[in-house]
Amino acid sequence: MRYLDSFEVVKLVEELCIEANIRLPEDVADGLVKAKEHEQSLYGQAVLDDLLQNVEIARKEKMPLCQDCGMTVVFVDWGQEVLLVGKSLQESVDEGVRRAYLGSYLRRSVVSDPLYDRKNTGDNTPAVVHLRFVEGSEVKITVVPKGMGSENASALAMLSPGEGEEGVIDFVKDVVARKGQNACPPLVVGVGIGGNFESAPILAKRALLRPIGCRNADERYAGLEEKMLRHVNELGLGPGGYGGKVTALDVLAEFMPTHIAGLPVAVNISCNATRHAGGRLKGREL
Amino acid sequence: MKGRKVRTPLEEDIVKDLHVGERVLLSGVIYTARDAAHKRMAETLKRGENPPFDLRGQVIYYAGPAPAPPGVPIGSIGPTTSGRMDRYTPMLLEMGLKGMIGKGRRNPEVIAAIRANGAVYFGATGGAAALLAKRVKASRVIAYEDLGPEAIYELLVEDFPLLVVADSEGNDLYEIGPGQWSSSRGERIGEDR
Repeated sequence: MRYLDSFEVVKLVEELCIEANIRLPEDVADGLVKAKEHEQSLYGQAVLDDLLQNVEIARKEKMPLCQDCGMTVVFVDWGQEVLLVGKSLQESVDEGVRRAYLGSYLRRSVVSDPLYDRKNTGDNTPAVVHLRFVEGSEVKITVVPKGMGSENASALAMLSPGEGEEGVIDFVKDVVARKGQNACPPLVVGVGIGGNFESAPILAKRALLRPIGCRNADERYAGLEEKMLRHVNELGLGPGGYGGKVTALDVLAEFMPTHIAGLPVAVNISCNATRHAGGRLKGREL
Repeated sequence: MKGRKVRTPLEEDIVKDLHVGERVLLSGVIYTARDAAHKRMAETLKRGENPPFDLRGQVIYYAGPAPAPPGVPIGSIGPTTSGRMDRYTPMLLEMGLKGMIGKGRRNPEVIAAIRANGAVYFGATGGAAALLAKRVKASRVIAYEDLGPEAIYELLVEDFPLLVVADSEGNDLYEIGPGQWSSSRGERIGEDR
Protein backbone atom coordinates (compact mmCIF):
# COMPACT_ATOMS: atom_id res chain seq x y z
CA MET A 1 0.00 0.00 0.00
CA ARG A 2 1.20 3.51 -0.90
CA TYR A 3 -0.18 6.99 -0.46
CA LEU A 4 -0.27 10.40 -2.15
CA ASP A 5 -0.95 13.68 -0.40
CA SER A 6 -3.70 15.51 -2.25
CA PHE A 7 -1.48 18.59 -2.44
CA GLU A 8 0.77 16.72 -4.90
CA VAL A 9 -2.23 16.34 -7.18
CA VAL A 10 -2.98 20.07 -6.80
CA LYS A 11 0.58 21.02 -7.78
CA LEU A 12 0.73 18.69 -10.79
CA VAL A 13 -2.67 19.80 -12.12
CA GLU A 14 -1.62 23.46 -11.76
CA GLU A 15 1.61 22.87 -13.73
CA LEU A 16 -0.15 20.88 -16.43
CA CYS A 17 -2.89 23.52 -16.88
CA ILE A 18 -0.27 26.19 -17.48
CA GLU A 19 1.84 24.04 -19.78
CA ALA A 20 -1.12 22.85 -21.85
CA ASN A 21 -2.45 26.37 -22.36
CA ILE A 22 0.80 27.95 -23.53
CA ARG A 23 2.69 25.14 -25.31
CA LEU A 24 1.19 23.41 -28.30
CA PRO A 25 2.13 19.69 -28.21
CA GLU A 26 5.02 18.95 -30.58
CA ASP A 27 2.97 16.59 -32.75
CA VAL A 28 0.28 19.22 -33.35
CA ALA A 29 2.87 21.91 -34.11
CA ASP A 30 4.56 19.49 -36.55
CA GLY A 31 1.15 18.83 -38.06
CA LEU A 32 0.73 22.55 -38.74
CA VAL A 33 4.19 22.70 -40.39
CA LYS A 34 3.33 19.72 -42.63
CA ALA A 35 -0.04 21.30 -43.42
CA LYS A 36 1.77 24.44 -44.54
CA GLU A 37 3.89 22.37 -46.95
CA HIS A 38 0.82 20.61 -48.32
CA GLU A 39 -1.69 23.46 -48.49
CA GLN A 40 -2.15 25.18 -51.85
CA SER A 41 -4.88 27.68 -51.03
CA LEU A 42 -3.47 31.15 -50.41
CA TYR A 43 -6.04 31.85 -47.70
CA GLY A 44 -5.14 28.53 -46.12
CA GLN A 45 -1.43 29.27 -46.20
CA ALA A 46 -1.98 32.67 -44.59
CA VAL A 47 -3.99 31.07 -41.77
CA LEU A 48 -1.27 28.46 -41.20
CA ASP A 49 1.39 31.21 -41.13
CA ASP A 50 -0.63 33.01 -38.44
CA LEU A 51 -0.99 29.82 -36.42
CA LEU A 52 2.71 28.93 -36.59
CA GLN A 53 3.66 32.45 -35.49
CA ASN A 54 1.08 32.23 -32.74
CA VAL A 55 2.67 29.04 -31.38
CA GLU A 56 6.01 30.86 -31.09
CA ILE A 57 4.60 34.00 -29.47
CA ALA A 58 2.60 31.99 -26.93
CA ARG A 59 5.61 29.88 -25.97
CA LYS A 60 8.08 32.77 -25.71
CA GLU A 61 5.79 35.17 -23.88
CA LYS A 62 3.96 32.56 -21.83
CA MET A 63 0.62 33.68 -23.21
CA PRO A 64 -2.28 31.27 -23.73
CA LEU A 65 -2.35 29.96 -27.32
CA CYS A 66 -6.07 30.67 -27.44
CA GLN A 67 -8.12 33.10 -25.36
CA ASP A 68 -10.53 30.22 -24.81
CA CYS A 69 -8.61 28.31 -22.16
CA GLY A 70 -11.45 25.86 -22.20
CA MET A 71 -13.29 23.85 -19.69
CA THR A 72 -10.52 21.92 -18.04
CA VAL A 73 -10.91 18.23 -18.82
CA VAL A 74 -8.72 16.02 -16.64
CA PHE A 75 -8.08 12.35 -17.34
CA VAL A 76 -6.82 10.49 -14.29
CA ASP A 77 -5.50 6.93 -14.36
CA TRP A 78 -5.17 6.11 -10.68
CA GLY A 79 -3.01 3.16 -9.62
CA GLN A 80 -5.19 1.16 -7.27
CA GLU A 81 -2.38 0.56 -4.77
CA VAL A 82 -2.30 4.28 -3.97
CA LEU A 83 -4.38 5.87 -1.21
CA LEU A 84 -5.30 9.56 -1.64
CA VAL A 85 -4.78 11.40 1.65
CA GLY A 86 -6.30 14.81 2.34
CA LYS A 87 -8.87 16.39 0.02
CA SER A 88 -11.01 14.45 -2.45
CA LEU A 89 -9.81 13.96 -6.02
CA GLN A 90 -12.33 16.46 -7.43
CA GLU A 91 -11.40 19.07 -4.81
CA SER A 92 -7.69 18.56 -5.47
CA VAL A 93 -8.06 18.83 -9.24
CA ASP A 94 -10.26 21.92 -8.86
CA GLU A 95 -7.71 23.55 -6.56
CA GLY A 96 -4.99 22.95 -9.17
CA VAL A 97 -7.21 24.45 -11.87
CA ARG A 98 -8.05 27.43 -9.63
CA ARG A 99 -4.37 28.18 -8.93
CA ALA A 100 -3.39 27.93 -12.59
CA TYR A 101 -6.24 29.98 -14.04
CA LEU A 102 -6.10 32.72 -11.39
CA GLY A 103 -2.31 32.84 -11.11
CA SER A 104 -1.29 32.60 -14.76
CA TYR A 105 -3.74 34.89 -16.56
CA LEU A 106 -5.79 32.11 -18.15
CA ARG A 107 -9.36 32.96 -19.09
CA ARG A 108 -12.04 31.70 -16.73
CA SER A 109 -14.93 30.53 -18.88
CA VAL A 110 -17.13 28.37 -16.68
CA VAL A 111 -20.63 29.41 -15.59
CA SER A 112 -22.28 27.83 -12.58
CA ASP A 113 -25.74 27.35 -14.08
CA PRO A 114 -26.13 26.47 -17.76
CA LEU A 115 -29.64 27.82 -18.30
CA TYR A 116 -30.75 30.55 -15.91
CA ASP A 117 -28.02 32.46 -14.04
CA ARG A 118 -25.03 31.72 -16.27
CA LYS A 119 -22.84 33.34 -13.63
CA ASN A 120 -19.08 32.91 -14.08
CA THR A 121 -17.60 30.81 -11.28
CA GLY A 122 -14.54 33.05 -11.48
CA ASP A 123 -11.88 30.33 -11.30
CA ASN A 124 -12.72 27.97 -14.20
CA THR A 125 -13.89 25.26 -11.80
CA PRO A 126 -15.32 22.71 -11.69
CA ALA A 127 -13.06 20.63 -13.92
CA VAL A 128 -14.46 17.67 -15.86
CA VAL A 129 -12.72 14.65 -14.33
CA HIS A 130 -12.60 11.22 -16.01
CA LEU A 131 -11.24 8.68 -13.55
CA ARG A 132 -10.07 5.13 -14.20
CA PHE A 133 -8.67 2.79 -11.59
CA VAL A 134 -5.73 0.90 -13.05
CA GLU A 135 -3.14 -1.60 -11.81
CA GLY A 136 -0.04 -0.39 -10.04
CA SER A 137 1.23 2.36 -7.79
CA GLU A 138 1.43 5.25 -10.21
CA VAL A 139 -1.01 8.09 -10.92
CA LYS A 140 -1.14 9.47 -14.43
CA ILE A 141 -2.84 12.83 -15.02
CA THR A 142 -3.56 14.42 -18.40
CA VAL A 143 -5.02 17.93 -18.61
CA VAL A 144 -6.99 18.89 -21.72
CA PRO A 145 -8.16 22.51 -21.93
CA LYS A 146 -11.04 22.13 -24.37
CA GLY A 147 -12.55 25.19 -26.02
CA MET A 148 -16.29 25.36 -26.59
CA GLY A 149 -16.10 26.47 -30.23
CA SER A 150 -15.07 22.97 -31.17
CA GLU A 151 -17.24 21.24 -28.55
CA ASN A 152 -20.23 22.99 -30.15
CA ALA A 153 -19.29 21.41 -33.48
CA SER A 154 -19.23 17.88 -32.02
CA ALA A 155 -22.01 15.28 -32.22
CA LEU A 156 -23.19 11.80 -31.33
CA ALA A 157 -25.12 9.35 -33.52
CA MET A 158 -26.72 6.08 -32.49
CA LEU A 159 -26.29 4.24 -35.80
CA SER A 160 -27.74 0.83 -36.61
CA PRO A 161 -25.19 -1.98 -36.84
CA GLY A 162 -26.14 -2.47 -40.49
CA GLU A 163 -24.90 0.98 -41.40
CA GLY A 164 -21.38 -0.29 -40.89
CA GLU A 165 -18.19 1.43 -41.97
CA GLU A 166 -19.93 3.54 -44.59
CA GLY A 167 -22.38 4.87 -42.00
CA VAL A 168 -19.53 5.82 -39.69
CA ILE A 169 -17.61 7.62 -42.44
CA ASP A 170 -20.73 9.46 -43.64
CA PHE A 171 -21.55 10.64 -40.14
CA VAL A 172 -18.02 11.90 -39.49
CA LYS A 173 -17.98 13.70 -42.82
CA ASP A 174 -21.40 15.20 -42.18
CA VAL A 175 -20.45 16.53 -38.74
CA VAL A 176 -17.35 18.24 -40.15
CA ALA A 177 -19.28 19.59 -43.17
CA ARG A 178 -21.99 21.13 -41.00
CA LYS A 179 -19.96 22.89 -38.36
CA GLY A 180 -16.28 22.43 -39.21
CA GLN A 181 -15.82 25.96 -40.51
CA ASN A 182 -16.80 27.35 -37.10
CA ALA A 183 -14.37 25.24 -35.13
CA CYS A 184 -10.99 26.77 -36.11
CA PRO A 185 -9.71 24.38 -38.77
CA PRO A 186 -7.35 22.69 -39.44
CA LEU A 187 -9.12 20.37 -37.04
CA VAL A 188 -8.17 17.26 -35.16
CA VAL A 189 -11.16 14.90 -35.23
CA GLY A 190 -11.63 12.39 -32.41
CA VAL A 191 -13.99 9.50 -33.14
CA GLY A 192 -15.32 7.12 -30.49
CA ILE A 193 -17.00 3.99 -31.87
CA GLY A 194 -18.97 1.54 -29.74
CA GLY A 195 -19.81 1.43 -26.06
CA ASN A 196 -22.99 3.10 -24.99
CA PHE A 197 -24.77 6.46 -25.27
CA GLU A 198 -22.43 7.98 -22.67
CA SER A 199 -19.21 6.08 -23.33
CA ALA A 200 -18.72 6.85 -27.05
CA PRO A 201 -18.20 10.62 -26.47
CA ILE A 202 -15.63 10.03 -23.72
CA LEU A 203 -13.87 7.59 -26.03
CA ALA A 204 -13.86 10.25 -28.77
CA LYS A 205 -12.26 12.74 -26.39
CA ARG A 206 -9.70 10.15 -25.33
CA ALA A 207 -8.85 9.61 -29.02
CA LEU A 208 -7.75 13.25 -29.16
CA LEU A 209 -4.94 12.45 -26.72
CA ARG A 210 -3.18 10.19 -29.22
CA PRO A 211 -0.34 11.91 -31.13
CA ILE A 212 -1.24 13.08 -34.61
CA GLY A 213 -0.16 10.62 -37.30
CA CYS A 214 -0.04 7.75 -34.80
CA ARG A 215 -2.49 5.16 -36.12
CA ASN A 216 -4.78 2.87 -34.17
CA ALA A 217 -3.00 -0.38 -33.26
CA ASP A 218 -5.82 -2.38 -34.90
CA GLU A 219 -5.16 -2.40 -38.65
CA ARG A 220 -8.82 -2.20 -39.58
CA TYR A 221 -9.33 0.93 -37.50
CA ALA A 222 -6.02 2.36 -38.74
CA GLY A 223 -7.38 1.97 -42.27
CA LEU A 224 -10.66 3.56 -41.24
CA GLU A 225 -8.77 6.56 -39.85
CA GLU A 226 -7.00 7.02 -43.18
CA LYS A 227 -10.30 6.81 -45.07
CA MET A 228 -12.03 9.28 -42.75
CA LEU A 229 -9.12 11.71 -43.02
CA ARG A 230 -9.27 11.56 -46.81
CA HIS A 231 -13.04 12.13 -46.85
CA VAL A 232 -12.85 15.03 -44.41
CA ASN A 233 -10.11 16.75 -46.39
CA GLU A 234 -12.07 16.23 -49.62
CA LEU A 235 -14.70 18.58 -48.20
CA GLY A 236 -12.29 21.39 -49.08
CA LEU A 237 -13.09 23.55 -46.04
CA GLY A 238 -9.40 24.27 -45.52
CA PRO A 239 -7.59 26.24 -42.80
CA GLY A 240 -9.88 28.89 -41.34
CA GLY A 241 -12.74 27.38 -43.35
CA TYR A 242 -11.96 29.70 -46.27
CA GLY A 243 -11.30 26.80 -48.67
CA GLY A 244 -8.24 24.59 -49.03
CA LYS A 245 -6.79 21.11 -48.92
CA VAL A 246 -6.14 20.72 -45.20
CA THR A 247 -9.42 20.66 -43.27
CA ALA A 248 -8.10 18.26 -40.65
CA LEU A 249 -4.59 17.47 -39.43
CA ASP A 250 -5.80 14.00 -38.52
CA VAL A 251 -8.76 11.80 -37.65
CA LEU A 252 -8.12 9.56 -34.63
CA ALA A 253 -10.51 6.74 -33.75
CA GLU A 254 -10.89 4.51 -30.70
CA PHE A 255 -13.30 1.60 -30.35
CA MET A 256 -14.81 -0.49 -27.57
CA PRO A 257 -17.34 -3.32 -27.23
CA THR A 258 -20.98 -2.43 -27.75
CA HIS A 259 -24.45 -4.01 -27.65
CA ILE A 260 -25.74 -6.41 -30.34
CA ALA A 261 -28.31 -3.77 -31.36
CA GLY A 262 -26.07 -0.72 -31.47
CA LEU A 263 -23.34 1.20 -33.25
CA PRO A 264 -22.79 4.45 -31.31
CA VAL A 265 -20.44 6.92 -33.00
CA ALA A 266 -19.26 10.09 -31.30
CA VAL A 267 -17.32 12.79 -33.12
CA ASN A 268 -15.42 15.16 -30.86
CA ILE A 269 -14.06 18.01 -32.93
CA SER A 270 -10.89 19.71 -31.76
CA CYS A 271 -9.41 22.91 -33.12
CA ASN A 272 -5.97 23.84 -34.42
CA ALA A 273 -5.02 24.46 -30.77
CA THR A 274 -5.47 20.83 -29.73
CA ARG A 275 -3.91 21.09 -26.30
CA HIS A 276 -2.97 18.54 -23.68
CA ALA A 277 -0.23 17.96 -21.14
CA GLY A 278 0.43 14.91 -19.01
CA GLY A 279 2.44 13.98 -15.94
CA ARG A 280 2.90 11.18 -13.40
CA LEU A 281 3.01 10.89 -9.63
CA LYS A 282 4.47 7.97 -7.69
CA GLY A 283 2.78 6.76 -4.56
CA ARG A 284 4.94 7.04 -1.41
CA GLU A 285 5.59 4.25 1.10
CA LEU A 286 3.15 4.43 3.98
CA MET B 1 0.89 40.27 -43.67
CA LYS B 2 0.04 42.72 -46.41
CA GLY B 3 -3.37 44.29 -46.66
CA ARG B 4 -5.40 47.35 -47.31
CA LYS B 5 -5.19 49.85 -44.46
CA VAL B 6 -8.63 50.73 -43.12
CA ARG B 7 -9.54 52.96 -40.16
CA THR B 8 -12.52 52.95 -37.82
CA PRO B 9 -15.18 54.27 -37.66
CA LEU B 10 -15.99 52.72 -41.03
CA GLU B 11 -17.22 55.07 -43.70
CA GLU B 12 -19.90 53.96 -46.10
CA ASP B 13 -17.91 54.31 -49.32
CA ILE B 14 -15.02 52.29 -47.90
CA VAL B 15 -17.32 49.50 -46.76
CA LYS B 16 -18.92 49.38 -50.22
CA ASP B 17 -15.46 49.00 -51.73
CA LEU B 18 -14.42 46.04 -49.55
CA HIS B 19 -14.82 42.70 -51.27
CA VAL B 20 -14.74 39.09 -50.21
CA GLY B 21 -11.20 37.70 -50.12
CA GLU B 22 -9.55 41.07 -49.57
CA ARG B 23 -7.00 41.41 -46.78
CA VAL B 24 -7.44 44.34 -44.43
CA LEU B 25 -5.26 45.85 -41.72
CA LEU B 26 -7.69 47.61 -39.42
CA SER B 27 -6.66 50.47 -37.13
CA GLY B 28 -8.58 52.56 -34.61
CA VAL B 29 -11.14 51.81 -31.92
CA ILE B 30 -13.20 48.60 -31.96
CA TYR B 31 -15.50 47.07 -29.32
CA THR B 32 -15.63 43.52 -28.01
CA ALA B 33 -18.99 41.89 -27.41
CA ARG B 34 -19.96 38.24 -27.24
CA ASP B 35 -22.93 36.17 -26.07
CA ALA B 36 -23.84 37.76 -22.75
CA ALA B 37 -23.08 41.34 -23.87
CA HIS B 38 -25.24 40.87 -26.97
CA LYS B 39 -28.09 39.58 -24.86
CA ARG B 40 -27.89 42.62 -22.60
CA MET B 41 -27.60 45.05 -25.50
CA ALA B 42 -30.64 43.48 -27.14
CA GLU B 43 -32.64 43.85 -23.92
CA THR B 44 -31.51 47.48 -23.63
CA LEU B 45 -32.58 48.22 -27.20
CA LYS B 46 -35.93 46.49 -26.75
CA ARG B 47 -36.63 48.76 -23.78
CA GLY B 48 -35.96 51.70 -26.11
CA GLU B 49 -32.77 52.70 -24.27
CA ASN B 50 -29.39 53.55 -25.74
CA PRO B 51 -26.72 50.86 -26.15
CA PRO B 52 -23.48 51.30 -24.14
CA PHE B 53 -21.76 52.87 -27.16
CA ASP B 54 -22.99 54.60 -30.30
CA LEU B 55 -23.14 51.80 -32.86
CA ARG B 56 -23.03 54.03 -35.93
CA GLY B 57 -20.01 53.23 -38.11
CA GLN B 58 -18.51 51.00 -35.43
CA VAL B 59 -16.98 47.52 -35.50
CA ILE B 60 -17.78 44.78 -32.99
CA TYR B 61 -15.17 42.10 -32.32
CA TYR B 62 -16.70 38.82 -31.14
CA ALA B 63 -14.11 38.10 -28.50
CA GLY B 64 -13.51 37.64 -24.81
CA PRO B 65 -9.87 38.21 -23.90
CA ALA B 66 -7.68 36.30 -21.49
CA PRO B 67 -6.74 38.52 -18.51
CA ALA B 68 -3.87 40.96 -19.14
CA PRO B 69 -0.69 40.35 -17.18
CA PRO B 70 0.81 43.52 -15.64
CA GLY B 71 2.32 45.91 -18.16
CA VAL B 72 0.58 44.69 -21.31
CA PRO B 73 -2.65 46.11 -22.78
CA ILE B 74 -4.49 42.79 -23.09
CA GLY B 75 -4.17 39.01 -22.85
CA SER B 76 -4.65 36.60 -25.76
CA ILE B 77 -7.64 37.67 -27.81
CA GLY B 78 -8.77 35.63 -30.80
CA PRO B 79 -12.25 35.54 -32.33
CA THR B 80 -15.09 33.44 -30.97
CA THR B 81 -17.70 31.70 -33.17
CA SER B 82 -19.84 34.44 -34.73
CA GLY B 83 -22.90 32.33 -35.45
CA ARG B 84 -24.03 32.48 -31.83
CA MET B 85 -24.52 36.23 -32.23
CA ASP B 86 -26.65 35.84 -35.39
CA ARG B 87 -29.93 36.21 -33.51
CA TYR B 88 -28.96 39.72 -32.39
CA THR B 89 -27.03 40.93 -35.44
CA PRO B 90 -29.70 42.24 -37.86
CA MET B 91 -31.03 44.58 -35.14
CA LEU B 92 -27.54 45.99 -34.49
CA LEU B 93 -26.90 46.47 -38.20
CA GLU B 94 -30.13 48.41 -38.47
CA MET B 95 -28.86 50.65 -35.66
CA GLY B 96 -25.83 51.56 -37.76
CA LEU B 97 -23.23 48.91 -36.88
CA LYS B 98 -20.92 48.68 -39.92
CA GLY B 99 -18.49 45.90 -39.19
CA MET B 100 -18.08 42.64 -37.33
CA ILE B 101 -14.97 40.58 -36.65
CA GLY B 102 -15.25 36.90 -35.83
CA LYS B 103 -14.87 33.40 -37.20
CA GLY B 104 -17.25 30.96 -38.82
CA ARG B 105 -20.43 31.05 -40.82
CA ARG B 106 -23.34 33.49 -40.49
CA ASN B 107 -26.93 32.53 -41.19
CA PRO B 108 -28.73 33.73 -44.36
CA GLU B 109 -30.61 36.44 -42.40
CA VAL B 110 -27.31 37.99 -41.28
CA ILE B 111 -25.80 37.81 -44.77
CA ALA B 112 -28.94 39.54 -46.09
CA ALA B 113 -28.79 42.19 -43.34
CA ILE B 114 -25.09 42.86 -44.10
CA ARG B 115 -26.11 43.48 -47.68
CA ALA B 116 -29.20 45.53 -46.88
CA ASN B 117 -27.32 47.79 -44.46
CA GLY B 118 -24.07 48.09 -46.38
CA ALA B 119 -21.88 46.44 -43.76
CA VAL B 120 -18.95 44.02 -43.71
CA TYR B 121 -18.00 40.85 -41.84
CA PHE B 122 -14.30 40.25 -41.30
CA GLY B 123 -12.64 36.95 -40.38
CA ALA B 124 -9.75 36.94 -37.92
CA THR B 125 -7.67 33.77 -37.67
CA GLY B 126 -9.31 31.54 -35.08
CA GLY B 127 -6.67 30.19 -32.73
CA ALA B 128 -4.13 32.98 -33.35
CA ALA B 129 -5.02 34.71 -30.08
CA ALA B 130 -1.51 35.59 -28.87
CA LEU B 131 -0.59 36.96 -32.30
CA LEU B 132 -3.74 39.10 -32.42
CA ALA B 133 -3.13 40.45 -28.90
CA LYS B 134 0.11 41.99 -30.21
CA ARG B 135 -1.95 44.29 -32.42
CA VAL B 136 -3.97 45.68 -29.51
CA LYS B 137 -2.36 48.85 -28.20
CA ALA B 138 -4.79 49.81 -25.42
CA SER B 139 -7.94 48.44 -23.82
CA ARG B 140 -10.51 49.42 -21.21
CA VAL B 141 -13.83 48.01 -20.08
CA ILE B 142 -16.68 50.37 -20.97
CA ALA B 143 -19.72 48.30 -19.97
CA TYR B 144 -20.94 45.14 -18.21
CA GLU B 145 -17.79 44.74 -16.10
CA ASP B 146 -19.58 42.10 -14.00
CA LEU B 147 -19.47 39.76 -17.02
CA GLY B 148 -15.70 39.34 -16.70
CA PRO B 149 -14.29 38.20 -20.05
CA GLU B 150 -17.71 38.88 -21.59
CA ALA B 151 -17.66 42.60 -20.70
CA ILE B 152 -17.57 45.18 -23.48
CA TYR B 153 -13.95 46.28 -24.00
CA GLU B 154 -12.98 49.28 -26.06
CA LEU B 155 -9.82 48.27 -27.90
CA LEU B 156 -7.37 50.46 -29.74
CA VAL B 157 -5.94 48.28 -32.51
CA GLU B 158 -3.18 48.86 -35.04
CA ASP B 159 -2.98 46.93 -38.29
CA PHE B 160 -5.28 44.23 -36.95
CA PRO B 161 -5.00 41.50 -39.65
CA LEU B 162 -8.36 40.56 -41.17
CA LEU B 163 -9.93 38.96 -44.22
CA VAL B 164 -13.22 40.16 -45.73
CA VAL B 165 -15.48 37.09 -45.48
CA ALA B 166 -18.90 38.66 -46.19
CA ASP B 167 -19.30 41.89 -48.11
CA SER B 168 -21.98 44.50 -48.80
CA GLU B 169 -22.91 42.75 -52.04
CA GLY B 170 -24.00 39.65 -50.15
CA ASN B 171 -20.99 37.49 -51.04
CA ASP B 172 -19.92 34.94 -48.45
CA LEU B 173 -16.42 33.42 -48.55
CA TYR B 174 -17.45 30.53 -46.29
CA GLU B 175 -19.98 29.60 -48.98
CA ILE B 176 -17.86 30.09 -52.09
CA GLY B 177 -14.33 29.46 -50.75
CA PRO B 178 -14.38 25.67 -50.32
CA GLY B 179 -15.97 25.04 -53.75
CA GLN B 180 -12.81 24.70 -55.84
CA TRP B 181 -11.10 22.53 -53.20
CA SER B 182 -13.96 20.14 -52.63
CA SER B 183 -13.88 16.82 -54.43
CA SER B 184 -17.12 15.60 -52.90
CA ARG B 185 -19.18 17.21 -55.62
CA GLY B 186 -22.91 17.64 -55.37
CA GLU B 187 -22.79 17.67 -51.59
CA ARG B 188 -24.05 20.62 -49.72
CA ILE B 189 -21.52 21.97 -47.32
CA GLY B 190 -22.60 23.58 -44.11
CA GLU B 191 -26.31 23.31 -44.81
CA ASP B 192 -27.11 23.42 -41.10
CA ARG B 193 -26.18 26.95 -40.35
